[in-house]
Amino acid sequence: MCGIVGLYLKNPKLQPQLGAMFKPMLIEMTARGPDSAGVAVYRNPVKDNEVKFSLAHDDKAFNWRHVEAGLEEALNCEASIHQIGTHCILVTDGKEEDVVKWLKAHAPGVRVVGSGHTVEIFKETGLPEKVYDRFDLASASGTHIIGHTRMATESAVTTAGSHPFATGADLCLVHNGSLSNHNRLRENLKREGMEFQTENDSEVAAAYMTWKLRGGATLKEALEGGLKDLDGFYTFLVGTADGFAVVRDPIACKHAVMAETDDWVAMATEWRAIAHLPGADTARVWEPEPATIYTWGGHA
Amino acid sequence: MGRNASMQELDLKALGVTAINQKLYHVPKDSNERHWVIRNPMGQHAIACGVDAPLMIDVMGHVGFYCGGMNKEAEITIHGHAGVGVAENMMSGVVWVKGNASESAGATGNGGLLVIEGDASSRCGISMKGTDIVVGGSVGHMSAFMAQRGNLVVCGDAGEALGDSIYEARLYVRGRADNLGSDCIEKEMRSEHLEDLAKLLERAKLKHKPEGFRRYGSARKLYNFNVDHADAY
Repeated sequence: MCGIVGLYLKNPKLQPQLGAMFKPMLIEMTARGPDSAGVAVYRNPVKDNEVKFSLAHDDKAFNWRHVEAGLEEALNCEASIHQIGTHCILVTDGKEEDVVKWLKAHAPGVRVVGSGHTVEIFKETGLPEKVYDRFDLASASGTHIIGHTRMATESAVTTAGSHPFATGADLCLVHNGSLSNHNRLRENLKREGMEFQTENDSEVAAAYMTWKLRGGATLKEALEGGLKDLDGFYTFLVGTADGFAVVRDPIACKHAVMAETDDWVAMATEWRAIAHLPGADTARVWEPEPATIYTWGGHA
Repeated sequence: MGRNASMQELDLKALGVTAINQKLYHVPKDSNERHWVIRNPMGQHAIACGVDAPLMIDVMGHVGFYCGGMNKEAEITIHGHAGVGVAENMMSGVVWVKGNASESAGATGNGGLLVIEGDASSRCGISMKGTDIVVGGSVGHMSAFMAQRGNLVVCGDAGEALGDSIYEARLYVRGRADNLGSDCIEKEMRSEHLEDLAKLLERAKLKHKPEGFRRYGSARKLYNFNVDHADAY
């Protein structure tokens, strides 16, 4: 099962309502995925010389100030943190790879959930509504947002196994379906230097995309590669710095519907998620074709 | 049966799907309340499923999965698009979609008529067992997969692997059907086929001429095990 949803605002006036508009969309997909939920929201871009990290720690009482101070001292950089539940948004002008290396060495319980200039990723086990509220997402302002409700089939119900999975700077992926060749592919990707946090099949798809993109592929090329190399059922929704991309496997067993008005573009596993949006009744509605890559926002 | 003043309105947002379906299922046989309008369908699943009386039901908007499933005798009109499995396992009556339909429209249908004015997605008429389906637009891949009986009329194009592993259903396509599934072949259009097709087009209120369609059906080569193909197993 699983449900995936995405909302991209064409009308900038709606940006303050992004989180509020998206909330009923995600909650409507609860029946498809009550185990865990996750959201990637694109908001508050940082300066060119800065990086924004989405970090998570299982212990709510974890001392993030220790990370902030430790990084500033070790890397001689500016760092600021903003804790939201079990997650923390870290903005720093330190070098991304140095920050990751420092976190590994000095804060091993901290997981890097995502990074880039605009993306913020929040995910946790529990009902989608609870997860959404925990991270105060209804008040989120931003340009676009993607989300996932998970019914676990391929691996355990854990926060690390929740979607979205980061695939590079400002990129992340949510998946509805199941991959059948993920074990083999994971081993191959490990040999290429990719690291994994879970036994999850979708994490393999995300790592595959990351590996392709690092090798210089465009997002479109990475997704095209996925059509060849990923075996199984899937609808992927990929969040990008300025929009999102959608692709379904060639058999297209996993549902997907898209809609567009002058104000927004929305994608969801089922129409009932989109039905909540203002103007949905008169939106242009269509189903993405199998093995066809759709993109919004000019990326790829 | 006609649309009349005794129209009953049901607000799905207020009542929920279960209450509405129970209401429609329990309309007394001698009741004059034959015409029901369902408002605010909000893409919910299984709307007007299991109706087994000659009611007239108008659903005012887009619906989710399985709308009109198992329908017996009712005439259900969806004034919008339909999600997966519209009119699934219909027994009789009519399900009419004013917009497009998603995957597996009319799946396993035993009888009745399903009309889709727009396009239907993949697997339209999968395992159909006697239902008639008329699609005003095109159908997606694997349509009429393992179809056993009934008619599928496509006024536009048919996607890949039309009629794969088909038994005895009749497929009529007006546009392109250049990718037939295993054991599906083009067949001669005889006068009885033209007559049947004309009737279906008329019921679906479509003006196309039957002569503009081509007929496809089963080559019947998969019915029995062929010893020459033993190596393939």
